[in-house]
Amino acid sequence: MTVETTRKERIDRGLKVRTEGIYAISSFEEIAYLIGPRLLLIVGVLLLPLVLELAPYWKRVVNIMCVYAVLAIAFDFLANYVGLVCLGGALFIGVGGYLAAILNVYLSFPFYLSIPLATVFGAALCTVIIMPCLPLRGVYFAIVTLMYPILFSRIIEALNILGGTNGITGLDNLPGEYVEQYTIIIVMLLALFGMRRLVSQDVGLVLRGVKDNDQSIRASGINVTAMKSLAVFIAALMGCFGGAYIAHLYMWAGLSLFALDFSIIPIAAVVMGGGGTLIGAVIGCFILVPLSEFLRFFGTFRIVIYCIILTGFIVFKSEGIMVYLQRKYHQFERLVKV
Amino acid sequence: MEIIVYGIINSIVLALLSLGFALVYSISRVPNFAHGALYIGAGYIVWLLLNAAGLPYALSIPLGILATSLIGALIYRFIIIRIRGMEISEIIGTYAIGLAIIEGLRWGGLRGMTYTLPVFIAGSTDILGVTVDYQRIIIVAAGVLTFVGLFLFTKLSRVGLALRGIAQDERAAMMLGIDSDMTALISLAIGSGLAGFAAVLLLPLGNIVVEQGYNVLIFAVAVCVIGGLGSWSGTIVASFIIGFAQILTETCLSSNFVMVVALLAIIVTLLVRPSGIFGKQKQLEERV
Repeated sequence: MTVETTRKERIDRGLKVRTEGIYAISSFEEIAYLIGPRLLLIVGVLLLPLVLELAPYWKRVVNIMCVYAVLAIAFDFLANYVGLVCLGGALFIGVGGYLAAILNVYLSFPFYLSIPLATVFGAALCTVIIMPCLPLRGVYFAIVTLMYPILFSRIIEALNILGGTNGITGLDNLPGEYVEQYTIIIVMLLALFGMRRLVSQDVGLVLRGVKDNDQSIRASGINVTAMKSLAVFIAALMGCFGGAYIAHLYMWAGLSLFALDFSIIPIAAVVMGGGGTLIGAVIGCFILVPLSEFLRFFGTFRIVIYCIILTGFIVFKSEGIMVYLQRKYHQFERLVKV
Repeated sequence: MEIIVYGIINSIVLALLSLGFALVYSISRVPNFAHGALYIGAGYIVWLLLNAAGLPYALSIPLGILATSLIGALIYRFIIIRIRGMEISEIIGTYAIGLAIIEGLRWGGLRGMTYTLPVFIAGSTDILGVTVDYQRIIIVAAGVLTFVGLFLFTKLSRVGLALRGIAQDERAAMMLGIDSDMTALISLAIGSGLAGFAAVLLLPLGNIVVEQGYNVLIFAVAVCVIGGLGSWSGTIVASFIIGFAQILTETCLSSNFVMVVALLAIIVTLLVRPSGIFGKQKQLEERV
């Protein structure tokens, strides 16, 4: 008459526990366990341009994929570490791209000046225009960031400035294919590991506090709005770099820099990859962007597919791929009797 | 004179567009970013019923509105209910649903030829020396009737009182036996129905184009932010403010700036009075 049932139990691997402390360097096994996944990503991404010598068309895709990955890291950082849902990644891309175009075409700065300058000034500009809604909580930030890309493209269209609907053409291109590819790949890796480092520092702790309990941050004598502006500035740096890079890559800055793709793909990638992991954002992009190349035939139906994936993940599998993989890597499961 | 007449009409149009969004947000605290998609979806459904199924216009309109509110209820029942209360997921989820509907329509249905709905009664008349067609007069009448109807519904009927109870204090309302999920479902159904109603009234004035979906969402959000999210009277006052501001810019500058006015109004409001004109209820909570 005994009801025998079993349930699953998850236990950390011994290796994982050992590598958390000083024993991490006790043997090559531990070292490999720790740096294996990281090295896999870094070397894998760095080798991509060389491997894709076989398929030149996909080299372009890698560039765009890395831009999206940088944007997705920015989105993940803002949404899951600071609590600001930015529905308009296109704003960063557009501002960065147009600034780079202005600097390069109108003021004839060389590309190695126009990209960094566009990044920094673009980020400052984005921070200033987003600033009004930062003291507010809730849906306001999402609403305003959703509006801004549309507002900018409407203003450019209505005033017919900056090339109007034709955009600014004739930017310098980057010298050589390998410069093109390694610039964005290295920036992506720097952004990824830099952000991972940043969020584990004191600043990261404060930012997470802003998300979880802003009153306590305020009670500690820290200016919440200033911290939020700092976070937006950091995210905008990444986004504006992406925009400036794309403008130079296509040798053109136009209204499509404010397009919906730049807003929705990073969000979908983050939700799919696993929010709050930062690497998940990159993995999500590495799945979604090539997928979108395959689906090019379907036109705007791609966006429908993203949205279905996005809704599916958000409703049914909100932890995302990365968290799942991490769990499998660090823990094992077994059935135990209850 | 023209400015006054068309200002009033435009304001009522805006109020009709944003009423559904305001209602859903004030009751269930779900920012329904799929609102614009539901609007354009309703227009497409009515067009299908009218042209593909060959139903009479008078029958396809109520059917279209019903279908839209059913879609809204289904969206709540199967998707939003699972992510309710998680703000980030709510925003992304509803936005994704809206995008899926709009881009799906762009891909599948609404491209190539132009889609139009016929006006209810053709022709026009003179009001105060300004020529106004009958459709716009119907819009104004229907808009006013909707406001009065909703007002009476929420003040007098049992369901309406339950909705208001949840909107004011969810926990207390739940203690009195009001089902929070049920009211949210009803609010989403009514909100979507209102989007459909607005679509049926307004789409005969122009073509059914997918970009309308985004514009409607922006207008609805603009009106609601300026009037104060969750405030009824604020919604109506704000739609009059934006409505007249838009007509003024259209006559003084050019029609390209109509959208810019709405967007700038949001930003200025957030700067000066973040809780909107009448949004007193959550003022303290929303400020950090």
